[in-house]
Amino acid sequence: MAKSHKPVVWFPFAAGGTVIAFCIPVIVLLTFLAALGHVPAGLSYEKLHAFGANGLGKLVLFGVVALSLWSSAHRLRCTCYDFGLRADTLVATVLYVAAIIGSIASAVFLLRI
Amino acid sequence: MSRRPLVREVPPTSWFFRHPRYLRYMSREITSIFVGAYCVLLVVALQRLSEGPAAWAGFLQALRSADSIVFHLLALAAALYHAGTWFNATQKAMPLQIGEDFVPGNVISGAHYAAWAVLSIAVLFIAGVF
Repeated sequence: MAKSHKPVVWFPFAAGGTVIAFCIPVIVLLTFLAALGHVPAGLSYEKLHAFGANGLGKLVLFGVVALSLWSSAHRLRCTCYDFGLRADTLVATVLYVAAIIGSIASAVFLLRI
Repeated sequence: MSRRPLVREVPPTSWFFRHPRYLRYMSREITSIFVGAYCVLLVVALQRLSEGPAAWAGFLQALRSADSIVFHLLALAAALYHAGTWFNATQKAMPLQIGEDFVPGNVISGAHYAAWAVLSIAVLFIAGVF
């Protein structure tokens, strides 16, 4: 059976798509409320810092951000191709590297909390 | 006699205007731009949170601009459209068979919508919105 690297790209993509569908709308709603000037109590420094200082909280935040980043990178790659940008190897490299850097940066920031 | 295979030219930048179905596909593709940009905002938020109370207050203050409100509206619309189409696709992506019969597609998608609603309300409640 031929080996393919596709599952490596596809698993985080599918997981990220699910995470984005379930979690991102409500997170956007929370920061939208903050943008309107009604900062939810949960977005206060004390509450959010306490959540990020907790090991489980770190894992949840990292999972949401990293999987969403990876899924978005994969979808943006497909979007570029569909809009006629056919330099797929270059686009894929740039976007996946960006997603990996963003994920590592998120992990570093979370560990500093 | 030379062989003349049919080569159908597909314009690479305007093919999606050929059929409404392609336009709907592309409208979903575009949501990835706003969701991707919002993910970058989330990474920045984690950075500000790790730098202390003053940096976090500055981040919250920076959110309060007209540009930010417009971006949030676009990101919210994109996230909702992505979520709806994702849950509608679940019944095709993972059909569920019990015994001889397949579970109706509406039940599979409906269960996802219900779980989404419960999770979203729980997050809003924990975050102290109500």
